[in-house]
Amino acid sequence: MKLNKDTENVFKKRKITYTIVFVGVLIVYFIASTVTKFHLWDGLVSIPKAIVWMGEKLVPDAAAMAKLPKILKKLFETALLSVAVTVIAAIIAFFFSLLGSKTTKVNGIVNRLVRIVAAFFRNVPDVVWAMLLMFSFGQNILTGFFALFFTTFGLLTRAFIETIDEVSSSCVEALDATGATFIQTVFQGIIPASITEIITWVLYMIETNIRSSTLIGMLTATGIGYLFDLYYKRLDFASAGLIVISMVVLVITIEGVSNRIRKVIQ
Amino acid sequence: MPILEFKDVSKTYNNVTKALQEVSFSIEEGEFVSIIGPSGAGKSTLLRCINRLVDASSGVIIFDGQDITDVKKKELRKVRTKTGMIFQHYNLVDRLSVIENVLHGTLGQKSTISGMTGHYTEEEKEKAFGIINELGLADQAYKRCDELSGGQKQRVGIARAIMQQPKLILCDEPIASLDPKASKTIMDHLSNINRNKKITCIVNLHQVDVAMKYSERIIGVAEGRIVFDGPPEQLSEEMIHQIYQSNSSDLITDVGYAQ
Ligand SMILES: Nc1ncnc2c1ncn2[C@@H]1O[C@H](COP(=O)(O)OP(=O)(O)O)[C@@H](O)[C@H]1O
Ligand SMILES: [Mg+2]
Repeated sequence: MKLNKDTENVFKKRKITYTIVFVGVLIVYFIASTVTKFHLWDGLVSIPKAIVWMGEKLVPDAAAMAKLPKILKKLFETALLSVAVTVIAAIIAFFFSLLGSKTTKVNGIVNRLVRIVAAFFRNVPDVVWAMLLMFSFGQNILTGFFALFFTTFGLLTRAFIETIDEVSSSCVEALDATGATFIQTVFQGIIPASITEIITWVLYMIETNIRSSTLIGMLTATGIGYLFDLYYKRLDFASAGLIVISMVVLVITIEGVSNRIRKVIQ
Repeated sequence: MPILEFKDVSKTYNNVTKALQEVSFSIEEGEFVSIIGPSGAGKSTLLRCINRLVDASSGVIIFDGQDITDVKKKELRKVRTKTGMIFQHYNLVDRLSVIENVLHGTLGQKSTISGMTGHYTEEEKEKAFGIINELGLADQAYKRCDELSGGQKQRVGIARAIMQQPKLILCDEPIASLDPKASKTIMDHLSNINRNKKITCIVNLHQVDVAMKYSERIIGVAEGRIVFDGPPEQLSEEMIHQIYQSNSSDLITDVGYAQ
């Protein structure tokens, strides 16, 4: 009898929770759309028009195709920059994450400090970093490099700390117990235990950074972003469209390659 | 001279949880001692104070004739090479092979560089294979540890500990995650090591019957204190209830529920 009542209460509670959440979301939506003057219906209606426009204007023509080598060269540069930034940031982030991880028990204060620094770098968007850095470096490839570097570093440090704490704390305890030194524990325990997750994170960040670097390139007048901005402002939509298509192809290719790599290292 | 001596050792976590309260005992070389008690009694803490994975809050711990209560880095490393440890969840590097995990037992005696790069001498490798053989893992030597069963993983854990050539082996619930058959294999191996290699063993156990069967001495721990210390023959039914606080506490909850 008592059990039945309890069960009933559990279900009642759940129903109430769902209702509250649903109503809450509706209210937030109405407030937000009123304030921002965004109307979902109008937005939806304009989608077909946008697609028609893109179909008419963004389709590459013969003139655009002539620019393909130039586009591919810039795209290649941008991709290489993203890979370089990600790899360098990952190496530095790994050493920082050792200091920030609870598993290694380096030092409580260092621990907290690393986490705060990483959070700071991570939470400033890369585009904002680019705009800030433009003051010191100007419209320069370095600006883009550091903007990507900072966010990637912040993000990977946090991801690595979590990975290390999750997958290697038990073997670190065991290696400590054998009398191994800190460096031995890192190379014989932490790295082999977490390398797969670390590589997965790095591959993911390379994909993300190729996308981001396009946007940053528009600001800093470098790489593929610059080229896109240039064509767009010249109203050469056909060439701009070609850039979009080649970028999509590149990102999908890279996703495919990293999926393959992930399977191999499993 | 005892190999291990605890004198009034206490451990308080975060200034609140009293995990150990003035624990004193001593263990002679070659003994096989089981520590029993309910979960949260302080068994793991006690074991970890011995190799200083946990630092005692007060008291003195003497191991192998040396006061190890406050030893620092280099000296602590030396102490740890003399104590092997076996864990409930095996604590292996799952992505490495059996042989690599066993060779980890030599890290404490190696230079940082050769340990870091995983450079082992032929002699060390031969020794590791010998131990792997003894534990019946010859066919698994090159397999990755995540391909092994629980019982096999624990045998790798034992092999890693023996590889250290320790004077003392600490086992924290070595069979708590294993089925009865694998448990028997593991306990038999520990018993053999104790007898044939003359290595002192301290084993935290959940199962009283296993403790009674394998050990020549049982220490009962409850709420951070030693409440029993003697041979298994002296461990009465009543004493077991007292260690596990089963009788009285069950009674109280029963009464509370009825009302
Ligand atoms: N790292 C820790 N931090 C805080 N409290 C802990 C820690 N480890 C153990 N304790 C507490 O100390 C007590 C003894 O724990 P433990 O030694 O693990 O007991 P057992 O191994 O007998 O189950 C428990 O109350 C536990 O919650
Ligand atoms: Mg325990």
